Amino acid sequence: MSNEIEPVIRVEGLSAGYGDEVILDDISFEVYPGEVFVIAGGSGCGKTTLLKNMIGLLEPDAGRILIDGDDIVGASGRSRHSILRKIGVMFQTGALFGSMTLLENVRLELDEFTDLPRDAANLIAAMKLDLVGLGGYGDYMPAELSGGMQKRAAIARAMVLDPQILFLDEPSAGLDPVTSAGLDGLIRRLAESLAITFVVVSHELASIYAVADRVIMLEKELKKIVAVGPPDQLRDSTDNAWVRRFFHRQAE
Amino acid sequence: MVTLGYAGRLDSANVGALWRQTADILKHARPSRVIVLCEEIEYCDGSGAGLLFYLRLKGLKQGFAVEFKGLRPEPAEMLDRFDADRFAEYGKEKRHIHPAEEIGHFAWQLFVDVQEQLAFIGELHVAMVRCLVRRRQLRWKEVFITAERAGANAVGIVSLIGFLFGLIMAFSFAMPMRQFGVDIYVADLVAVGLVRVLGPFITAIILAGRSGSAYAAELGTMKINDEIDALTTMSLDPVRFLVAPKVLATIFITPLLTVVANVFGLIGCGVVMLSLGFPLVTYTNHVESAIDSGDVAVGLFKAVVFGGLVAGVGCLRGLQTKTGPSAVGISTTRAVVSAIVLIVLAEGVFAVLFHYMGI
Repeated sequence: MSNEIEPVIRVEGLSAGYGDEVILDDISFEVYPGEVFVIAGGSGCGKTTLLKNMIGLLEPDAGRILIDGDDIVGASGRSRHSILRKIGVMFQTGALFGSMTLLENVRLELDEFTDLPRDAANLIAAMKLDLVGLGGYGDYMPAELSGGMQKRAAIARAMVLDPQILFLDEPSAGLDPVTSAGLDGLIRRLAESLAITFVVVSHELASIYAVADRVIMLEKELKKIVAVGPPDQLRDSTDNAWVRRFFHRQAE
Repeated sequence: MVTLGYAGRLDSANVGALWRQTADILKHARPSRVIVLCEEIEYCDGSGAGLLFYLRLKGLKQGFAVEFKGLRPEPAEMLDRFDADRFAEYGKEKRHIHPAEEIGHFAWQLFVDVQEQLAFIGELHVAMVRCLVRRRQLRWKEVFITAERAGANAVGIVSLIGFLFGLIMAFSFAMPMRQFGVDIYVADLVAVGLVRVLGPFITAIILAGRSGSAYAAELGTMKINDEIDALTTMSLDPVRFLVAPKVLATIFITPLLTVVANVFGLIGCGVVMLSLGFPLVTYTNHVESAIDSGDVAVGLFKAVVFGGLVAGVGCLRGLQTKTGPSAVGISTTRAVVSAIVLIVLAEGVFAVLFHYMGI
């Protein structure tokens, strides 16, 4: 990714935490269009906090988060809505609405934000489900599906309005290696064929290698980014002990 | 032959109107061949691809050929990713359920529900007897916590409702009875009605709304969080572990709350009688002569049964909770409705039974 391309996300001097407890201290990075960008780190290092700040669920203590040029920090009303339309989010557990079928889950934003006729919304939602490999499952309730299928349906829901950026929180958490690899493959395929930018929070090494163009590593004690780069490069040429341990799966 | 041309941005904001126009044209034209001019499409997202794919599906279903002219490679590639065969089911009407099937289903559900209730009553009795025989099996701490929450904390609402009930009853009886000059007998009427029937009845209804629902919600949430399954795998019987303490505590506190309701009901009635000009001693004498220990015993016995019904059905509905975000809400509703129905049914049975027994 060369620096001539405008970044699609720019995080500047972000500090965040809960109450007096600081989790992230003055961190900055950029995400470029079309890349799969992984936020990695050990448990409790603030990966999910960072994600929640980037999607506007939490307000940082300081700093700016520019999504396609607009600052999501402090945005409200129309400007917040237009930023949120550019992003889609898959939550760790999928967060599908349990009282709706898969098709209704995926169709929801089409019904709310477009004037598409009913059958059009149904067809488009069914196509999104087909894209994530769930064609024919439209009439199922979320509770009738496995964890992996729920996450794939959540991705279909997140991308129904063709957002520029998809945020995925721990896509491989709680899945077996085969299902998890299938999900990684799906992420790569969508990134390459639909030119969506992915921001993925993960701590699973196999999954990081499989999907990431670039990784940032957060470290709990420093509360900062300790490494940035493609995963192979981080594994082979880092001088940070924590990053080395992470990529070589060594205990402290 | 029909020629359609799209221009500009085919995105989710614009596709809606285009889709309607397209469907309209196709409905009236009944073409054998459709040519779609795509040179001037500037941008095509998933919704745009949906429109183009819709044309392709429509063509397959109605037997006309669709040709996209000048479609750029990216949307063409996106379109080719979808296999039309997999969407064969799209647009089909859902199967309607025949009324007879629905009635059958309902009857079967009712049968299963009754079966489950009977099984639960059996399990509960076994668990209770076991707990009474081997007293260490019962979680006494849980019993006292439930007694506090469902009993002591309910004294305020029970006294308020009891007081107002006595007041309202006395007032509404007093007006017509005064016309016949027998308004002093309002005291007898209210005393008997309250102690034998209404005291236990209103206490049980308050208990159903306040505690029966809480039991269902608590057990329902535990069921959803797999806590009930966790107990089962530890070889702990959920009925003994969770239900028995609640039922026992509720059976214990319902008669006590009934006494509170009765006392405050009589105070409410007394306020009306005093305001009608009767001295306090006349009122108390009438109350004393109207009710005897048998009436009080009947009322308290009913309260015990009602307490068991409310707690039992509350816990049962909680244990029957299914999955999903609305499941606990449904269980709570079912707990309160079932409790009220059971209370009224039991009241009816008692009325007939005590009449024939001469109590």
